[in-house]
Amino acid sequence: MLLGPSLALSAILFSLGVAGVLLRRNAIVLFMCIELMLNAVNLSFVALAQLHGAGGYVMVFFVMSVAAAEAAVGLAIIIGIFRHKQSVDLRNINLLRG
Amino acid sequence: MTEVVFYVFAAMAVLSAALCILQRSPMAAVLWLVSTMFSLAAIYVLLNAQFIAAIQVLVYAGAIMVLFLFVIMLLNLGDAQSDFRGTSTVAATLVIVGLLAVELLALLYYSPRRLAAEFSQWPSYSDPATLFVAGQITQQEAVARGVVGAVATPLFQVYLIPFEITSVLLLAAIVGAVVLAKRNV
Repeated sequence: MLLGPSLALSAILFSLGVAGVLLRRNAIVLFMCIELMLNAVNLSFVALAQLHGAGGYVMVFFVMSVAAAEAAVGLAIIIGIFRHKQSVDLRNINLLRG
Repeated sequence: MTEVVFYVFAAMAVLSAALCILQRSPMAAVLWLVSTMFSLAAIYVLLNAQFIAAIQVLVYAGAIMVLFLFVIMLLNLGDAQSDFRGTSTVAATLVIVGLLAVELLALLYYSPRRLAAEFSQWPSYSDPATLFVAGQITQQEAVARGVVGAVATPLFQVYLIPFEITSVLLLAAIVGAVVLAKRNV
């Protein structure tokens, strides 16, 4: 069955993704940590689909398509920023003074 | 046997994810993330989701990660400086992530037996004892309609409208990526 261990693995991977987003300043590594979090959510969807039927698999498809769209647009934005600043470090991307 | 394989791949996934967020070079981080995604694909197979495992390898480890690698090589970020935040931020991160992990690990109490007890309070469910047997629902569907058919039937019947909206989302992403990456907008 492996439901409990799968959910625990999902929780650990999600926490690692959050840690990466908080620790790093490289914009591309930040995007990769977001992908890691989306993967963790997918794992819990798949694990719970064993109990609740194949609707969880459909949700995995939607998460994957959103992740693909997010990666495409986000990396295009990063390329645009790199063209202006010659850097993807978040310390140099402070146009909004955040 | 299944448990042993599961724990091996789970350890591989956690180790690769930890190395992914700790590697200084973005290129090494991408490769460790690919390793995490392959381990997750193996775990999907153990959870009776063979089609999702194939899609995981094709779309995530194949397409999305190649996109990341391509951008890193295009921007020539292979030999990056250390980009970790300062000590106070690291301490705050450890506290926040520790709390989050404890909260998420509370999901372990989400057991089939407790679920069955909760669902038995509801009148619409017939017999919880037959409803929550290990992986029974998805296995029955896979036997009846095939591995792909078990996914396709709800996708094109129950979730048809969200599926069509997804195509609009992807179209918007394509147009947005082309517009953003063009040199003179």
